[in-house]
Amino acid sequence: MTDLNTLTLADARDKLRAKDISSEELTGACLKAAEASGALNAFVHHTPDVAMAQAKAADARIAGGDAPSMCGLPIGVKDLFCTKHVPGQAGSRILEGFLPEYESTITAKLFDAGTVMLGKLNMDEFAMGSSNETSVYGNAVNPWKVDDRQLTPGGSSGGSAAAVAADLCLAATGTDTGGSIRQPAAFTGTVGIKPTYGRCSRWGVVAFASSLDQAGPMTKTVRDAAIMLEAMSGFDPKDSTSADLPVPDFEAMLTGDIRGKKIGIPKEYHMDGMPAEIEALWADGRKMLEDAGAVMVDITLPHTKYALPAYYVIAPAEASSNLARYDGVRYGHRAKLDGGDGITEMYEKTRAEGFGHEVQRRVMIGTYVLSAGFYDAYYNRARRVRALIKKDFDDAFAAGIDAILTPATPSSAFGLGEMKNADPVQMYLNDVFTVTVNLAGLPGISVPTGLDKAGLPLGLQLIGRPWEEGDLLNTAYALEQAAGFVSKPAKWW
Amino acid sequence: MLDLTFETPKPKVIAGAKHDWELVIGMEIHAQVSSNAKLFSGASTKFGAEPNSNVAFVDAAMPGMLPVINNYCVEQAVRTGLGLKADINLFSAFDRKNYFYPDQPAGYQISQLYHPIVGEGEVIVDMGPGVARRVRIERIHLEQDAGKSIHDMDPNSSFVDLNRAGVALMEIVSRPDIRGPEEAAAYMLKLRQILRYLGTCDGDMQSGNLRADVNVSVCRPGQYEKYQETQDFSHLGTRCEIKNMNSTRFIQQAIEVEARRQIAILEGGGEVDQETRGFDPDRGETRTQRSKEEAHDYRYFPDPDLLPLEIEQDWVDEIAKTLPELPDEKKARFVKVLGLSEYDAGVLTADTVNADYFEEVVATGKDGKLSANWVINELFGRLKKDDKDIEDCPVSPAQLGGIVALIKAGDISGKIAKDLFEIVYTEGGDPAQIVDARGMKQVTDTGAIETAVDEIIAANPDQVEKAKANPKLAGWFVGQVMKATGGKANPKVVNELVAAKLAP
Repeated sequence: MTDLNTLTLADARDKLRAKDISSEELTGACLKAAEASGALNAFVHHTPDVAMAQAKAADARIAGGDAPSMCGLPIGVKDLFCTKHVPGQAGSRILEGFLPEYESTITAKLFDAGTVMLGKLNMDEFAMGSSNETSVYGNAVNPWKVDDRQLTPGGSSGGSAAAVAADLCLAATGTDTGGSIRQPAAFTGTVGIKPTYGRCSRWGVVAFASSLDQAGPMTKTVRDAAIMLEAMSGFDPKDSTSADLPVPDFEAMLTGDIRGKKIGIPKEYHMDGMPAEIEALWADGRKMLEDAGAVMVDITLPHTKYALPAYYVIAPAEASSNLARYDGVRYGHRAKLDGGDGITEMYEKTRAEGFGHEVQRRVMIGTYVLSAGFYDAYYNRARRVRALIKKDFDDAFAAGIDAILTPATPSSAFGLGEMKNADPVQMYLNDVFTVTVNLAGLPGISVPTGLDKAGLPLGLQLIGRPWEEGDLLNTAYALEQAAGFVSKPAKWW
Repeated sequence: MLDLTFETPKPKVIAGAKHDWELVIGMEIHAQVSSNAKLFSGASTKFGAEPNSNVAFVDAAMPGMLPVINNYCVEQAVRTGLGLKADINLFSAFDRKNYFYPDQPAGYQISQLYHPIVGEGEVIVDMGPGVARRVRIERIHLEQDAGKSIHDMDPNSSFVDLNRAGVALMEIVSRPDIRGPEEAAAYMLKLRQILRYLGTCDGDMQSGNLRADVNVSVCRPGQYEKYQETQDFSHLGTRCEIKNMNSTRFIQQAIEVEARRQIAILEGGGEVDQETRGFDPDRGETRTQRSKEEAHDYRYFPDPDLLPLEIEQDWVDEIAKTLPELPDEKKARFVKVLGLSEYDAGVLTADTVNADYFEEVVATGKDGKLSANWVINELFGRLKKDDKDIEDCPVSPAQLGGIVALIKAGDISGKIAKDLFEIVYTEGGDPAQIVDARGMKQVTDTGAIETAVDEIIAANPDQVEKAKANPKLAGWFVGQVMKATGGKANPKVVNELVAAKLAP
């Protein structure tokens, strides 16, 4: 029998319902794998007691004939989600010792659906980063590696991606503000979907950039993404930006039949200096979908090149305000003060000690672009660009396009520490294919479709119409079937 | 609709060492919205609770917590806007005003800079019978209150109470249409009166539920008229903002001293710096709080946690239907329909409780003017003597109306009515029954009075002789008759009879 922790959500669910295995066994296998994964630094906080109690309860529910969609399935939770009485620091020193008194809507929904929580997963500090290297816990490590070179699992949901790829859990929650689900998924050979803005509640998820942040599942397969997204989705009156729309049965929509679907290939995503392997991967993907009966259409999204600059104005602007609450007054880290220090010194010392460099950089950028005299030149202009980018997509969809195929990342996973001395903009370029989707509030999914010549996974991104995650997942499912990606990293940790 | 006409009052003129100066004042009034829950959380707004007991997670800005608008507060703002005859904006939006302060947990206040919920309106500020100032309202926006920092509990630390953090405020912004300290105070009181009529703010100034920032500038006579013609502020002087005043007396003092400070600077050849100042009532002066250089850059931007606030005209119309009669309309009706003087109508409409009481008195007493006299002079006077409010008044409007009705019917004299009022006030009871039971009814029976007159005349022949020579002495006989009848004789009838009998 295979190790239970390597199962997909769908397989484990079926085995649990068939009573071939118990959630206690399954959870035990995951806990064991997680405990032995220190070298990956994916888990920042283990919750074995919570997990075993939830597993027992799940087994009882299954025995009683009440087995909701995620019943007994063990997952990891990104450290950005507040879970009641479990430490949550959003990867930051400034939230040292913070113990939430509340449960995020998404984890509450997952628990209601029977999910088992194994622990909290590593991430870039406040979800700001593309390599997991800004985490106060130190970076998570990609289970994939080339020779002895350790690689980034991507970011910000790097711990989630590493944990899923290394079979430490069956799936994990992630969040995506500019690509933080899709890029790590692509770097680790896993599936990650960012749903339409408003599909998943933001209540209880530590905010980075409120108008862009969305949670989503990170899984081993597209089917698993469908199962878990459904459990995470739904209207939440506690989040004013949450959409009051019904949640369809996403899994039931996975027919694999995409005949006649019109898939757009945007010419602006052919970036200068893009590796030939990425171009080839994209061309392969186009061929696969075409072979599956889709109609491939060359389209234009003319404002694409302005997306990254607009994103790096809007996201820091919102972040600078969202992170103002971390002031040492009520919770988390407070700097030791010298005699005679007043409130200003308390703020300055606490925030200087509590925030890492990347967070400080973005808070400063955000403060600058919102300041008097610069607001129109930066923030308002970025908002206008954002509206144009959304219109690009609206126009494409209005012209009959059902989904858009692009690369997920401009490269495969890069080496840890490699970008240390690089211009921060080099790191920001990781988001070049993904930020447009956040700016337009659309659903986007990353699907692994091949390996580069070094043997590292690469992913393609599919972008869907708003609120049509079911249709998008089905297209992703067809791509997954066609690509037949089954590679796994060799265990070294 | 009934409207009273009024004349515009003269602006306050202050004589400087060199010239005359006029005052120009605009006010931003912060009114706490009457609501059981805060603007963006379900936490209670009850005053006087244990520190930090009325605090939801979002009020303390815990990580990941989100604001959700309290629709009742929106309704209250709309009601206020309608009460000030203002435009209601069906589209409004919330912005974040960013600044660090320990009693501002999120590091920003949620307010409405770019799209306030209420647009232009007006307040008619009464400055005496037939004189009033029309003050234009520029806007009303909804925003959160801050918590409270406490600096005097410990030598080394400050404490923070978040009970008030997140409570809904309406900021009511006037145009610079107020022309003197008395007008400023009257404006604040008139606004308070309207808010209390509407039930949208309790107007409790001592608890800080109604407070004002006052913008003061001075200009030479004639300049203000140029501003009014063009709405161009360059015709006016540089203004200073005096922050956070919750007493109309201090507002008047502060405006006066601030205006004189500015005049002294200008006449000395200097320039007034635009800045924020505070008023120190003990020293009777305003002092710099924040200069222009130290002014915060609030980095306002639309709050991404909240969707724009879009409301329906139908809903606004529904709210409009529930609006009570407002002070100006009530006062006009009292004058035009009930025949009151403008002064009396003003006194009676100052508060809805008084106005309602008065109207119930009229319902029984059937005489507006007489009822007004009795409510204002006798009742208010008596209550004041006992230091009581109308809410604790032992005399019901029906009782007082009964007394008025007895006077109006000629059943009792004014003098007896005062005795009767005192009985009802101290002992209670139905006025008509008391009058019957205690024989207080006025005697108008000419026969009975004539008998009494005859008896007095018969018993005092010397006085009769003197009175016949000097008719002014007839008053003595009237007094004797009144005494003999226990004050119940109709004085008019007695007068006539005595005059006739003593006629030479």
